[in-house]
Amino acid sequence: MAFFFAQFLTGLANAAALFLVASGLSLIFGVTRIVNFAHGSFYMLGAFVGVTLMDVLPGAVGFWGAIILTGLAVGAIGAFVEMVVLRPIYRAPELFQLVATFGVILVIQDLALMIWGAEDRLGPRAPGLRGVWRIFGEPVPKYDIILIAITPFILFALWYLITRTRVGVLVRAATQDREMVGALGVNQARLFTGVFALGSALAGWGGALQLPKGGADLLMDFNIIGAVFVVVVIGGMGSLPGAFIAAVLISVLSVFGVTYLPQSTLVLMFVVMAIVLIVRPYGLLGREEVAGEHGQVGAPETPIRPYGRTGKLLVAGLLALLAALPLFAEQFVLTLTVDMIVFALFAASLHFILGTGGLVSFGHAAFFGGGAYAAALLVFHTDTRMELAFLFAPFAAGLLALGIGWFCIRLTGVYFAMLTLAFSQLVWSLAFQWRDVTRGDDGLVNIWPAEWLNSPAAYYYFTLALGVGGILFLRHVIHAPFGYALRAGRDSPRQAEATGIDVKRIQYAAFALAGAMAGLAGGIFVFSKGSVFPTELEIGASFDALIVVFLGGVKTLAGGVVGAGFMTLVEDWLTRLEYWRLLLGLLIIAVVIIAPEGIVGSLRSLWTRIRGTESEVTK
Amino acid sequence: MTEILRVEHLKKSYDGFLAVNDVSFSVAKGELKALIGPNGAGKSTCFNMLMGQLKPTAGTVWLDDKKITGLRPREIWRRGVGRTFQITGTYPSMTVIENVQMALMSHHRKLYAIAPRAWRLYRDEAFEFLKTVEMEDQADRPCSVLAYGDLKRLELAIALCHRPRLLLMDEPTAGMAPSARIALMQLVADIVRVQGVSVLFTEHDMDVVFAHSHHIMVLNRGELITEGSAEEVRNDARVQEVYLGGGTLFAEAQNA
Ligand SMILES: Nc1ncnc2c1ncn2[C@@H]1O[C@H](COP(=O)(O)OP(=O)(O)OP(=O)(O)O)[C@@H](O)[C@H]1O
Ligand SMILES: [Mg+2]
Repeated sequence: MAFFFAQFLTGLANAAALFLVASGLSLIFGVTRIVNFAHGSFYMLGAFVGVTLMDVLPGAVGFWGAIILTGLAVGAIGAFVEMVVLRPIYRAPELFQLVATFGVILVIQDLALMIWGAEDRLGPRAPGLRGVWRIFGEPVPKYDIILIAITPFILFALWYLITRTRVGVLVRAATQDREMVGALGVNQARLFTGVFALGSALAGWGGALQLPKGGADLLMDFNIIGAVFVVVVIGGMGSLPGAFIAAVLISVLSVFGVTYLPQSTLVLMFVVMAIVLIVRPYGLLGREEVAGEHGQVGAPETPIRPYGRTGKLLVAGLLALLAALPLFAEQFVLTLTVDMIVFALFAASLHFILGTGGLVSFGHAAFFGGGAYAAALLVFHTDTRMELAFLFAPFAAGLLALGIGWFCIRLTGVYFAMLTLAFSQLVWSLAFQWRDVTRGDDGLVNIWPAEWLNSPAAYYYFTLALGVGGILFLRHVIHAPFGYALRAGRDSPRQAEATGIDVKRIQYAAFALAGAMAGLAGGIFVFSKGSVFPTELEIGASFDALIVVFLGGVKTLAGGVVGAGFMTLVEDWLTRLEYWRLLLGLLIIAVVIIAPEGIVGSLRSLWTRIRGTESEVTK
Repeated sequence: MTEILRVEHLKKSYDGFLAVNDVSFSVAKGELKALIGPNGAGKSTCFNMLMGQLKPTAGTVWLDDKKITGLRPREIWRRGVGRTFQITGTYPSMTVIENVQMALMSHHRKLYAIAPRAWRLYRDEAFEFLKTVEMEDQADRPCSVLAYGDLKRLELAIALCHRPRLLLMDEPTAGMAPSARIALMQLVADIVRVQGVSVLFTEHDMDVVFAHSHHIMVLNRGELITEGSAEEVRNDARVQEVYLGGGTLFAEAQNA
């Protein structure tokens, strides 16, 4: 019993940092409607800045002073990011802001690497709180008790700020009705900057407070973001008490998980989330999210058309070039092109659900990696023939999408995005922790293609046929009634439902199809590399695809494909540089702000402008 | 006359505020019926409950003596009810004719087809519907560039696609020039006469209402205060009070 209680206390102590970070994210989302992916980065910055300050400032005053200063510093960084990166794009669709914050993650990762180096830092012990106290005979670190004591004060302070001060009233008004705040004559830009700074400061405090328990390292940002999103989703987006309850729930559960079910610590969190969302789709204390306004960038999307003569010639020329490639290109070019096609198919499948379907999925890598793992597992454990195992990839990924979609499709907007993210994390943690089956981060190796495909040229043609075939198939579906119905549900769900279209069911089917096609890409991928690792299922992998779709342009399928080609080349070139993340991050942010229609979209706009309004004149 | 739609004690409450309060009426086959009332009277709320967009707090809706309360919009649509919205809902990423084709694909149950090219399906049929609302010359324009009045007509074409028996129109002529309003309602009246469709519509333009409806119901603050022919409603004291407390509003209509 005493042990049980001590465990419970450890869980409560862990909840402190998690709650701080989650409340910051929740606050920012509540007011600005921005899902700040860089929130984990502010947490990481908090840890590093905290360590540095603690080295400089001596004693207990120094320790606590360092923590307070850290929050202020990270808050200032947050304000800077908000003003430079986010302010220009508040009117853009949600996806743009997400991608921009992802650019911020990359930039901060490399800046942290430059400043603090690659080595993990141990956090200093809190002065005067080094030992343990005995509670019912069990040792509990003194610092844990202090954290447990502090957390209610933080919650109370935040609650007071939000409910009892003028700023808080404004924040709440903005959470409920953003237009109204403008109407009240409040400077919206300042309010947003302030809230963003406060949210970032909370993350910074979280990072600094956990130092004596965890230290600082460069993986902290991604490591916490999954848990933070789970907490915010369980608690209900925008609800502080919800975030608190969920942070405690998740932290306590994972402490017990470590003791009693050590293989399932990561999975547990997502299982809890799934259960909560089945019972309460908008979280414990969340309210139904009215689907975000579908802001449009530039001109409204033009009706899709079959390619004209120029387009057909362009595609045919490209295909001919690809087909002739093995005749003159070196092997590394073939490998690079295979990567490109795989990525293009993956991006095209994401574009199908995101662009055509209007459903922003953050967890599409679950299907790519899921397909790859499905095939690899068959080969690895049962020695299945490659052809059969390969076919299993899209099939298994499609089934997985049916399973995940069953939960996710009921939700819209940010909730949908969060839930897909959480499920992809669930899949990732299965691959990572279920070592008996998946071999964890040792990955599955020696997954080679069948004899007849076992030369670079043969596998290249195999990829060309299935990869390009897959993309063309998706294109065909977009132009078929099913694709139109999907678009109708995106453009005007109300009208679609009022003319007999079951929007959710169409979306469900589309989600499954997108999953299967991502699985196909995963199947091609695994046999071209001969191995698969949990990295293919990471958040980063989902985001690569999102960025590619977005870089190319959301409005056309060609956007995703061109973006994938562009990205593969740029990454191949950039990753040779030491600080390639920094450059890529800056590039992404620049594109978001300067060319929000993406590569293909911007080219098309340019093309229309050059040709003038000729097409309108002929009307 | 047999009735196609019957509404009994319909009620909608928003946190205690009664947007629609105990409304009962019926629409006969082939009837062109107007539901009028000042802003915020509860007309759109009524329509949304008839077609399933909103769940009533209480009350029942019968279509051909079958209860349809609680059904979803798409199910009610499949039973032969079409509607247009006060704020138009069209598909801006499609052309005008594709908007109509989309409804036809749904009607012909082709929504899950992945083989055919959508823009070839039912194009001629869609073109006929566009002709009905005199939009054929704009068939291939992107829907996103249409004027508001044209969007309203397009919505009507969409609503006619499954040859509804009952058509609900929420302010069908809003945003149109006066002459266009009369023309559109003439068209609706023709459809009623030729195809035997029943129509229930709301409208703020009294010229349109008095010129075309067989029967008028007046809603105020969620309650039906009277109904009858144009003449009866026009001379009803309560109605005159509701509309700015005097008879001036109907002066034009009377002179017209
Ligand atoms: N979701 C809602 N929550 C609370 N009140 C609502 C809601 N929707 C409508 N109302 C209120 O219900 C009343 C009826 O609204 P409704 O839109 O049905 O009026 P209407 O007769 O269509 O008016 P209009 O002529 O302006 O279109 C209004 O007072 C409106 O403010
Ligand atoms: Mg209305």
